[in-house]
Amino acid sequence: MKLTLEIWRQKDANDKGHFETYELDNVSSHMSFLEMLDVLNQELIEKGEEPVAFDHDCREAICGTCGFVINGVAHGHMKRNTVCQLHMRTFNDGDHLVLEPWRAEAFPMVRDLIVDRSAFERIQRAGGYISARTGSAPDANSILIPKDQAEAAMDFAECIGCGACVASCPNGAAMLFVGARIAHLGFLPQGQPERAERAKALVAAMEQEGFGACTNYTSCEATCPKGISIVGIAKMNKDYFNAKLFTGGNLGGKD
Amino acid sequence: MKLDAKIPSGPLADKWTDYKAHTALVSPANKRKHTILIVGTGLAGGGAAAALGELGYKVKAFCYQDSARRAHSIAAQGGINAAKNYQNDGDTVFRLFYDTIKGGDFRAREANTYRLAEVSNEIIDHCVAQGVPFGREYSGYLANRTFGGAQVSRTFYSRGQTGQQLLLGAYNSLNAQVNAGNVDVFERTEMLDLIVIDGVARGIVVRDMVSGEVSSHFGDAVLLCTGGYSNVFFLSTSAKGCNGSAVWRAYKRGAGFANPCFTQIHPTAIPQSGDFQSKLTLMSESLRNDGRVWVPKKAGDDRPPNEIPEDERDYYLERIYPSFGNMVPRDVASRNAKNVCDEGRGIGPTKRGVYLDFAAAIERLGVDVIKDRYGNLFEMYEMINDEDPYTTPMMIYPAPHYTMGGLWVDYDLMSTIPGLFVLGEANFSDHGANRLGASALMQGLADGFFVIPNTLGQYIAKGKHPDVDPNCDEVREVEQGAKDLNQKLLDIKGTKTVDYFHRAMGMIMLDKCGMARSKEGLNEAIEKIRELKKKFWADVKVPGTGESLNQELEKAGRVADYFDLAILMCLDAREREESCGGHFREEHKTEEGEARRDDENYCHASVWEYMGEDQTPQAHKEELIFENVELTQRSYK
Ligand SMILES: Cc1cc2nc3c(=O)[nH]c(=O)nc-3n(C[C@H](O)[C@H](O)[C@H](O)COP(=O)(O)OP(=O)(O)OC[C@H]3O[C@@H](n4cnc5c(N)ncnc54)[C@H](O)[C@@H]3O)c2cc1C
Ligand code: SF4
Ligand code: FES
Repeated sequence: MKLTLEIWRQKDANDKGHFETYELDNVSSHMSFLEMLDVLNQELIEKGEEPVAFDHDCREAICGTCGFVINGVAHGHMKRNTVCQLHMRTFNDGDHLVLEPWRAEAFPMVRDLIVDRSAFERIQRAGGYISARTGSAPDANSILIPKDQAEAAMDFAECIGCGACVASCPNGAAMLFVGARIAHLGFLPQGQPERAERAKALVAAMEQEGFGACTNYTSCEATCPKGISIVGIAKMNKDYFNAKLFTGGNLGGKD
Repeated sequence: MKLDAKIPSGPLADKWTDYKAHTALVSPANKRKHTILIVGTGLAGGGAAAALGELGYKVKAFCYQDSARRAHSIAAQGGINAAKNYQNDGDTVFRLFYDTIKGGDFRAREANTYRLAEVSNEIIDHCVAQGVPFGREYSGYLANRTFGGAQVSRTFYSRGQTGQQLLLGAYNSLNAQVNAGNVDVFERTEMLDLIVIDGVARGIVVRDMVSGEVSSHFGDAVLLCTGGYSNVFFLSTSAKGCNGSAVWRAYKRGAGFANPCFTQIHPTAIPQSGDFQSKLTLMSESLRNDGRVWVPKKAGDDRPPNEIPEDERDYYLERIYPSFGNMVPRDVASRNAKNVCDEGRGIGPTKRGVYLDFAAAIERLGVDVIKDRYGNLFEMYEMINDEDPYTTPMMIYPAPHYTMGGLWVDYDLMSTIPGLFVLGEANFSDHGANRLGASALMQGLADGFFVIPNTLGQYIAKGKHPDVDPNCDEVREVEQGAKDLNQKLLDIKGTKTVDYFHRAMGMIMLDKCGMARSKEGLNEAIEKIRELKKKFWADVKVPGTGESLNQELEKAGRVADYFDLAILMCLDAREREESCGGHFREEHKTEEGEARRDDENYCHASVWEYMGEDQTPQAHKEELIFENVELTQRSYK
């Protein structure tokens, strides 16, 4: 099939950036979206032009490295998908596709379709973990976790940290990402001792990084490749307000 | 090159305990004064950075991705082994050790593999404490599944994303140490070379992949935890950025490279669909628990699978290996898939494929159970192939997946360069000639969280570690060399892309140094790769500059190293006149076509020493001594 691609080109953070249009013939329906871009890049290099820079690594929808906006939708039109696992058979001959990087205040531009997501790193470092010193753990089966609780934790632990939720949010909020981490650890008994501190630390870091506020658009949930539920945001808010009310306390219990 | 494995004396089961009891320690106050450079943030590197940070060392960790959490360990699917015996099915540390040694076809070091099995249980405890959501029974106890090469159920898992969850556990611990001020992480930073001063590893040269700036970092020890080199085949199950450059450049600085030809071709990946293919997608081996592998009995049978009646199907693994059936080790499963395809019985558009059929399991257990076990894998398969594996059998074919070979290390995980340690898939130590499923995650976490924190102290405590002068000749030379190499690549300004060369090399390697190898084929491969390498250095086109983000330049550097690594793999495969594990030499097989080992002449690790550009490297041997297991011909029949 034939495609017209309109791609954002920007040399570096200081460059203004612009759209460039490319025509591509011979796109096979078996290709993944990134393989289609590989083909474009090979052509560009052979012509003496610079290839389009895009982030990617595993190409199996698990590392969270890839991601850009296709025709206004983060990771493209297929639900629960990343651009690396988006397949060309879901497009039509003659399609006109506009490719842009994640646009969010907290994700500065790096080059072409690549942005700087280090704000996510700083949030996770602020306290998105259980402090478990190596060597001090009891036997694994001494902590029993009902299957549904373990599964609920896993539903949130599946977040791949791609940033699509931020890119698709009109406010540029990172609530889904942060909520996922808080919910994952909050569903587990091991996560209880630090639960209040965790919520406070993560929310503070998130605010400091310049992510927007949540006004319930829920576009994050709709574009999230892992189907992370906005229930995570509710859990985050609850933990956060509880933590503020009963400062430093152990929230304990389940919900 | 001297190869002293430094295996502690005493009975196998006591070695590690005794070692820990007698090893030299560094006082807590002094640890702070020692900087440790860790390249790689996968399970091995991430684990090491967290654990050494907890101990109080000053750690600097590096990765080429934009986050430590994206290391390739994240992609592991099926699970992680441990000898917990939670199923009461007769598992013990010794049995896990024995299965791993036997699975590796008796080409690994007993003491290291035993230690791996021994710490496996602590790993599971630790991961649960970190908040890894392992699969559970309704009772709340941990669940297990069975993996290839074992008759006990000892594999722990998190749906089909075990690697992701384990890596997030390690990443969280790493982050806690960053927050505590003990670890600094340098993302989008690629190691270009190793700095060796007075014969000791003292630093690394790195390139900032955004600005292009080349700089050096110094420390009292360097840990390479940079993963495997399966991408030498171009198409593999590895992430696109996985590379052999860090270990290769260390090899060129004097680190011995052990068993480079020991690579694993995994039996269950999605077959290739076209020339544009950029990588192969793994379907976890755990699927073989419930899936049955078959091809039509007749060559050239083109009917859709569901129209081929039961008695015209050949469930060849169940037929040839009645006791292990579909659960034979990977090398055996892959070779048999290749054989049936070579006989013209392969399926799918390319005829290089076999079926993996869940119909029987769905009938026995119901769709819900299968969905619970493999739901996301089935989803992924459907996304890629546009076919529903609940109703149509999956198509699979072997794909390069793991490299057992790597830098040689002793019991302390130290290479032949003092101060250079190698952990995880990057070293050669635990899996011999074939790795059993669910044992790489175990090794990564073992090396990172439990081994290196105990073995590094000895080296730090006993050495002097004077400060490195950043302007000394050694540092300047290595830094300049790294810059020059990049400039050289940019200056060629030829006509063909890096991928063009990489693909061509991959095809040669897969054909001649893949699932089956012969002396003749290997000679041919060496010739062809040498020619290709020459063309690369004359005609590759790397656009852009070194002073900016340049993904083609990154790839070019890696492919340049792969040429040399590929040649070394072929040399090693040619030298080893036996078949063992994943290394199958056509000239050495039994009458039934199974691998024939030669314990008399090849019961050793082959360790190669770099002798200079385009020079034949020197071969050394570490004899493998088996005191606790009897070397038997592997049989899974
Ligand atoms: C698809 C797939 C599924 C798998 N499933 C399983 C499974 O179910 N069970 C199992 O036990 N094993 C499995 N494996 C194998 C296992 O995942 C790996 O062997 C293991 O995770 C390797 O861990 P590591 O820490 O050694 O290296 P990696 O996780 O590969 O980490 C390498 C690190 O090194 C860094 N790096 C590399 N080169 C450089 C450089 N030059 N400069 C700077 N940084 C560098 C990278 O950024 C990264 O951080 C699977 C592998 C694949 C490919
Ligand atoms: S919540 Fe979803 S969209 Fe947001 S980072 Fe995680 S996986 Fe990506
Ligand atoms: S490349 Fe890893 S998620 Fe897309």
